[in-house]
Amino acid sequence: MSDTSGTATTLAVEIPTALRPQVGDQESVEVSGGTVGELLGKLKADYPEFGAKLYKTDTELNRFINVYLNDEDIRFLENLDTPVKQGDHLAIVPAIAGG
Amino acid sequence: MSYVHSLRGKESGLDYPIEPRTICDSDFGPVEVTYDYEAMKGKVTRESIEAGPLSLWRYKDLLPVEGEPKSGFNSGWTPLVKADRLAKHLGVKELYIKDDSANYPSFSYKDRVVAVAVTKAFEFGFDTVGCASTGNLAHSVSAHAASAGLKACVMVPHDLEAGKMVGMRVFGPRVVRIEGNYDDVNRLCSQIADKYNWAIVNVNLRPFYTEGAKTHGFEIAEQMGWKLPKHTVVPVAGGTILPKIWKAYQEFIHLGLVEDNKPAMYGAQAAGCNPIVTALEEDEDLFRPQKPDTIAKSIAIGNPADGYYVLQNIRESGGYGASATDPEILDAIKLLAEHEGIFTEPAGGTTMACAIKLIQSGRIPKDEPICVCITGNGLKTLEAMDGQFEEAPAIPAKMIDFTQLIENATAAQEEPAHV
Repeated sequence: MSDTSGTATTLAVEIPTALRPQVGDQESVEVSGGTVGELLGKLKADYPEFGAKLYKTDTELNRFINVYLNDEDIRFLENLDTPVKQGDHLAIVPAIAGG
Repeated sequence: MSYVHSLRGKESGLDYPIEPRTICDSDFGPVEVTYDYEAMKGKVTRESIEAGPLSLWRYKDLLPVEGEPKSGFNSGWTPLVKADRLAKHLGVKELYIKDDSANYPSFSYKDRVVAVAVTKAFEFGFDTVGCASTGNLAHSVSAHAASAGLKACVMVPHDLEAGKMVGMRVFGPRVVRIEGNYDDVNRLCSQIADKYNWAIVNVNLRPFYTEGAKTHGFEIAEQMGWKLPKHTVVPVAGGTILPKIWKAYQEFIHLGLVEDNKPAMYGAQAAGCNPIVTALEEDEDLFRPQKPDTIAKSIAIGNPADGYYVLQNIRESGGYGASATDPEILDAIKLLAEHEGIFTEPAGGTTMACAIKLIQSGRIPKDEPICVCITGNGLKTLEAMDGQFEEAPAIPAKMIDFTQLIENATAAQEEPAHV
């Protein structure tokens, strides 16, 4: 497996129901990378239709998507540059209203 | 029959059938109910509305229900108080309080959205309703479910005020406390909605639920005598109500029911959770989420799902925003109570405090009609007032002691607050 960072980690990324049809109805998808951005980038490469919706631009996520690493919004971490390690849990969750 | 046209992706413009739906499949943005306004013209009139029930269902033609309402028969139609004493105190000409602390049955604006959501839950054939909540929504879902005979499961942050826990448990729902803040609860709820076939009102019934919030705006306009206030100050948490009041105003303008006076919308947030106001102040298109730290727990939502639209509507309307610190929030609760006899929760104190700041800074002119939207009741959050009052004097049950007390108070020029 190719690895640009030298510390590639393989994680199962949790996909919410609404987005599953675009990844062959899988609940999660395994991808490898050293950071959140690398993992999502791999996801985008593997599933271009899904990737086109996940990202607003090449480097910026769709604003209606929240990404959580171990239950923490990545915007409170290092965003797409947040490093990942074995055993981490990465989830993609659409923004939800309420109160 | 209804005037509902479709569910439409707010960003994509894609139309979907009327079905439980959380987001638009194409861009994950929200979906919104659209109506056939042309068909309404000449049929949805001031007279047709005035002939309706004294509840939010008088606006049924502008709500996304197909059959008869199934819940909320006494929800909405809350007082619009002309707040003359407070207006005089603040030096403004015309001040109104839209008082949803008196909403029925659970004393917050949420009874509006839940009335619509529960009716839709019946129409879609669900037997369980649920929600992620900072308290008020859970109260409302639990109360409406009890009276409509549906099962309820409500998810709340683990550290809610004790009174708020009682206020939901008494209706008998399944209550689950989640170890995290509201945003954590909400995230879990969207995953729960994925797995269980439940009507989570703020998730898969969200497009219908949010429409109920329009009735707060409809009522303001009708109760002002079919006019719009020039300035409307609204609390911002998840970002549902401000865009929906704006939509209500625009719908009434479009239908010719009120004159377009270019109403301006203002967002109120607690200083300890103010992503939207920060974006306004820094002139940013997008807001950055925050970790809430405020006594105004019912509006402590750091990652507002509809925040983008709040920003859009505020800017489009020429309004602005303000945030209030915890001491300012408590002072504003007392000010509103002492001048108008309305006891609101810290969210309402936030809105009142922010309205005062916007008036004092000149953002809101003193000589134009202002409406402050109060969305919750202070009796639910008594803990927030802990330490605010000195212990009242206790005396023997004798006239001589009472007379002495009054004489001492008079000598010290101590008068009750309202005089």
